[in-house]
Parts: sequence; structure tokens; C-alpha cells
Amino acid sequence: MLETVWFLLWGILWAVYFVLDGFDLGIGTISPLLGKSEENRKAIYESMAPFWDGNEVWLITAGGVTFAAFPSTYAVMFSALYSPLMLLLFALILRAVALEFRAKLENAAWKKLWDGCLFLGSFVPALLLGVAFSNLFQGIPIDREGIFQGTILTLLNPYGLLGGVLFVLLFAHHGALWLCIRTGASLQDSSARMARRIWILLLAVAASFLAFTAQATSLYENYLSYPVLLVLPALAMAGLVLSRLSLGRRQWWRAWAFSGMAIACATLFGVVGMYPAMIPSSLDAAYSLTIHNSASSALTLKIMLAVALVFVPIVIIYQAWAYRLFLTRSAQQGTASGEAY
Amino acid sequence: MDPLILSRLQFAVATYFHFLFVPLTLGLSVLIAIMETLYVRKGDPEYRRMARFWGRVFLTNFVVGVVTGITLEFQFGTNWSGYSRYVGDIFGSLLAIEATAAFFLESTFIAVWALGWNRLSAKAHCVSIWLVAAASNLSAVWILIANSWMQHPVGYVLRNNRAELTDFWAVVSQQYAILTFFHTVAGAYVLTGFVIMGASAYHLLKKQHTSFFSRSFRMGLIMALIFSIFELVEGHLHGADLAEKQPTKLAALEALWETQASAPVYLLALPSPSNDGNLLQWGRIPGVMSLLAHHDPGATVKGLLDFPKEDRPPVLITFLSFRLMVTLGCLFVLLSLAGWFKRNKLQSSPGYLRLMLWATPLPYVACALGWTVAEVGRQPWIVYGLMRTSEAVSPVSTSQVAFTLVGFLVLYSLIGILAFWLMARYIKAGPEPEPITPGN
Repeated sequence: MLETVWFLLWGILWAVYFVLDGFDLGIGTISPLLGKSEENRKAIYESMAPFWDGNEVWLITAGGVTFAAFPSTYAVMFSALYSPLMLLLFALILRAVALEFRAKLENAAWKKLWDGCLFLGSFVPALLLGVAFSNLFQGIPIDREGIFQGTILTLLNPYGLLGGVLFVLLFAHHGALWLCIRTGASLQDSSARMARRIWILLLAVAASFLAFTAQATSLYENYLSYPVLLVLPALAMAGLVLSRLSLGRRQWWRAWAFSGMAIACATLFGVVGMYPAMIPSSLDAAYSLTIHNSASSALTLKIMLAVALVFVPIVIIYQAWAYRLFLTRSAQQGTASGEAY
Repeated sequence: MDPLILSRLQFAVATYFHFLFVPLTLGLSVLIAIMETLYVRKGDPEYRRMARFWGRVFLTNFVVGVVTGITLEFQFGTNWSGYSRYVGDIFGSLLAIEATAAFFLESTFIAVWALGWNRLSAKAHCVSIWLVAAASNLSAVWILIANSWMQHPVGYVLRNNRAELTDFWAVVSQQYAILTFFHTVAGAYVLTGFVIMGASAYHLLKKQHTSFFSRSFRMGLIMALIFSIFELVEGHLHGADLAEKQPTKLAALEALWETQASAPVYLLALPSPSNDGNLLQWGRIPGVMSLLAHHDPGATVKGLLDFPKEDRPPVLITFLSFRLMVTLGCLFVLLSLAGWFKRNKLQSSPGYLRLMLWATPLPYVACALGWTVAEVGRQPWIVYGLMRTSEAVSPVSTSQVAFTLVGFLVLYSLIGILAFWLMARYIKAGPEPEPITPGN
């Protein structure tokens, strides 16, 4: 029971991370296309400046919770996916540094360097997270001891790559919508146009991913046993459609929220489909890591649950406050430019 | 080269680098909070300029500290999966609590503080930096509890092929953790004081912004003075605690090989690289080590030869790091005391100011040495007496680890150089011009 609760919390943490950091990863990914003028590039950076750091902590928490609640899963997941995870880390470091360093010097080459790093540091994590998660959905070749028996090429299989593309598009779409909310007229129009274009691709990739999932994974088994769960992929698709409809009506907030719903439900669709496995083994189902054979002791799970029940609501309250602080006022003040650093 | 050596190197690189940025985050957040509080209470705009000036240095330092911290969390899984499995029940939960209870707070409010100057009232803005300061120091609490558990595991039972938690309170309240916390944080505050004094000395030597930097210098001085003296006393208690909890590390600190009563300290000693004795030792002062370790000059102290060779830490590194760290610690006290007597005539003491300018990097060296003592001195154990480092390493290929090690070295060097260069640039540029007084 405790394990199941933690499994759900684990899935929700990843979903929240993808929804929040998803938009700034997406903005970075489309920034070379939208940031034609220095003014636009500045607006792009300012659209995420107050938020990205707080967003990224959800990744650290998702990682930390995997470590705390399911240590064996943490050990196998991170060592099996060694190279992609290290690449992801390097990319995230570059992104953070780009966001911090770019404005520090008035020099075109300097700014260009960090613009490049922002793109790489956003696109690469989006792609790798997609590759990593779809490989988990599919199962990876781990043996009885949890030792990974493949190479990085094993992970770059068609299903994994399709998952990577899906994540990149989901985030890019999400990011374009955030720019619609946050930026002034000129960039808003081009962002909205970009969101519409990405949306068509996204719909096609999402539909193929759902179909490919039936062939490449056993995720649907849980859905066949409990058809009511099919509400998750249905909501994910509905989120995409409603997001497009809201975008057409220039209801930016609503479009962004529906896109967030699509990302969250897509993540949960994968996670719930895996239950009770966390890392299915493609060699032998008996080697799979499940919530039962990888969970922490009951005492640790209980303490962690108490910590989560106390602190997560507090975190949500002050993060929501911080979002409000930087959103509401900036609408009155036009842009956030010239503030502090 | 096997994955074990490479993984250790990689972890060392990641930790040393991370800890180039952590101490200043811990101390400077507190000092900036004090500056802003003074501004709110006294209304003197110079304090606000001080908070903003040091804030720019702080923010650059902070971001690099954060991103390199994420690496460390991930490395437990990527490079030390044996460890993660074996002790995740305890160690993992401490890291997760740190993220949930402290790191969220820090990361959210650092943005509120940095970008919120015009959006918040002066008071609310001041509260936000206090939250950042509290959260970063609270982060240190959890991380150091986790580290202390590796040094002195308590509150667990071995079950299901791993260490399982039985007593959470024992883990979080153990003396080793408390001593480690005070030692590390006091060191961080000394470092912060020296950075502030060094940077202020630069401007005072040039006779520019003198009021601004005299004030800054004094704040740094008070911090450095209090905590360098505190550190000396606390460091001694920390060492004495080792006698009971990590006898091999204690013996390595003084290169004591034979178990003996009235154990001596040698003014000069050099352990052999083969880890079985001293190449030379000179200036024997009997009883001092017994006194330091057990507060009794006649007490018996265990020597390294009483432990099997495979259980001894690399004595040469531990011993030299410890000696140098203690020497630096004493030097910090002397430099701070000298500053206290010169506090009212700083501008007429160019010699002292120059000294303090050049002393700025020394606390960084001392912090790195401190970690060397703590971590190399714990070897060959990853969890003292419970799990060997060699059992903890991940089953990953040498090439993967070698490749990422090179990646870390290149990426970190570039970022490190840029970050320190930027910080030096801000400091040289000096504070913002004084605001035009209202009515003009």
C-alpha cells in the first residue's frame, strides 16, 4: 500500500517537473527560431528568468524521491542510463550558466555563445528525457543483478527516439504558449504562429506514439484490465485538442494550461501503464524492478510521506505566490526589463 | 585505470568544484540579509547599495553552486549504484528531505529576491533574502547529516542485504553530524569574511568608495573573527570525537603508527607513501596527542599498525591535508585579530590591506583540505566500517566513466574560470552610483 502511494507520488513528481520545466526547456528549444532580434531574445530570457530555477528543483526532488523511496530503482535507472543521464546533466549545467551569464557582458559574440548553449541545454534534455522514459516504458536489458546489458545504441531504438521527438514537441509547444502569455505584441504573434505549426506535428507524433506503444510495450495491459484508466491517454489527447482550440481564440492561459494537462496525463499514462514495475527488464520479466522489490523500508516510506505531506503543500503555496508575483505585475508594467540584474 | 579509480576521481572533481561555490553562498546570503535588515531599520541607502553590490557576486556564485550540486546527487546513482542500493533507505531519504524542505525554498526565493526589487516592499524583499539564507544553511544541515552518516553510521539495522533505517532521530541528532555542521558552516563564514575583506581591501587600497568598503570590510571582519576563533575550538572537539568514532582517521591525522600511552605530536613528520610508517619524525612532544584526543596526557591512543593494512586510510594525504588546514585555520585567527586592532585605521594600513587581498584564496584552500581530511581519511570505507568504497561502484564501463570525467574537467574548468572572472569583474567595477536623492 505504502509502496503504491509512493509510486503514484513518484509519477506525479515527474509529471509536475515536465509541466513546469517543460515550458522553459521548450522555450530554449525554439529560441533560435523566434529570437531574430536582440529585443526578442531578451524577452525570451526574461520570460523564464524568475521561474526556471524553481522549476528545476522538481527534477532534483523527483531524483531524490526515487533515491529515497525506491533505492534499487534509482541505482539501476541511473547506472543503466549512465551516458544519457550524464549528457542531460552537462546540458542542464550549460543552460543554467547561459541564463545566468548572458546578460553580464555587452558583447555580441558572448551573447551568441550563450544563446547556443541555451538551445543545446534545452533541446538535449527534452530529447533525452523522452528517450529515457520511453525506454523505461518499453523495458531495458537488465540482468538478474540489475546490470545493464546494452549500449547507448540499445536506447536509441525507434520507439525510444519517437518518445524523444514527442517530448521535444510537447515542450516546444508548451514553451511557445508560455511566450504568448509573457511577451509583448510582436513576439506574441510569432509565438502563436509557431505553436500552431508545432501542434500539427505534435498531434501526428502523439498519435503514432500511442499506436507504437501497443506494439513496442506492454503498457496497455493495465489499461485492458482496468479500462477506466484509459481516461489518462484520452485526457492527454483532449488536452492537446483543447489547447489548440484555446489558442485559436487567443486565450493564452487556457491554451497553456491544457497543454500542461496533456503533458501531465501523457506522463501518467506511461507511469500507470508500467505499474507495478518501475524498470521492466526486456531480458526476463523476473528481473524487472518493481515497487515491491525496490522499495525502501516501511519506516523510511512513512517518514518520507510525513515530510512530503507537510512540505509539498507549502512548496506549492510559495511557488504559486512567486508565479503570481512575477506575472500579475509585469502585465501592468509592460515588460520586466530593467529590473535588477 | 578501472571504473573505481575513475569514479573516485570524478566524484572528487565534482565535489571540490561544487564546494568552491557553496561556502560563499552560505555566508554571503547571511551577510546580505544583515545588510538589508540594516537598510530597513536605519533607512541608510548605502546598506541597500551594499546588498545589491554583494548580491551580484552572490547570484553568479549561487547558480554555479546549484548546477554542480545536481551533479552530485545524480552521481550516487550513476557511479555508485552499489552504495545507493545498500544505504538508499537512509542516505536517499536525507537527500530527498533536503530537496523538499530546503532547496525549493532557496531556489524560489532567490529569484524573488534577484528580480523583485521593484515588486516588493523593502521589508518583504528583506524577508526573501532571509529565507534564502535560512534555506541554504538548512540545506547544509541535511547534506551534512547525510555525509556524517557515511562517517559514522547509526540508527540502522542490516536486513534484506542493506542498511535499513530503525531510528531516524538517532541519524539526525548524532554528535558527529552536529560537529560536522558547525565545522563546515563556520569554515564557510570565515571564507565569506575573507572574500569580503579581500574585495574591500582592493578598493580601500585604491582609495575609492571608502565609506562603502570600510563598512563592508568591517562586516566581513566581524564574521571572520568570530568564526575563525569558533572554528579553532570546534575543530578541536571534532578531532577529539574521532578518537571514539574513527580511530583510523584520528591516527592518520597525526601519523601515529604505534598504539601508546602519552602519545606524542611531532613538530615535523613525513609518513611514507607505502602507508606503514614515517620516513622521518622530529620534535617529539609527548602526551600532546593523548591530551588532544582524550583530554588526558597519559591516555592511550590507538596507532595505525593495530589496524590491518587494508583498513588504513592513505596516511600521507590525510596527514598533510590536516596539518596544512590547521596551519591555515590558525593564520585566519591571527589575520582577523590583526584586523580587529586596525579596524579604525584601515586606510592607513596599506600593508595589512595588501595582505588581506592576497589572503583571499586561502580559505578556499582550507575548505578543500578539510574535505580531503574528511573523505580521504575515511577510506577505504565509503560508509565507515560498514561498506568499502570498492563495493559501492557501479557496474559501468571504464570508457563511459573516462569519457564523462574528461567532460567534467573541461566543462567545469571553463565555467569555473568564467564564474570567478565575472565575480572579480563585478568587484572591480565597484558599487552602483549613489541614487539621486528624492526631490532633485
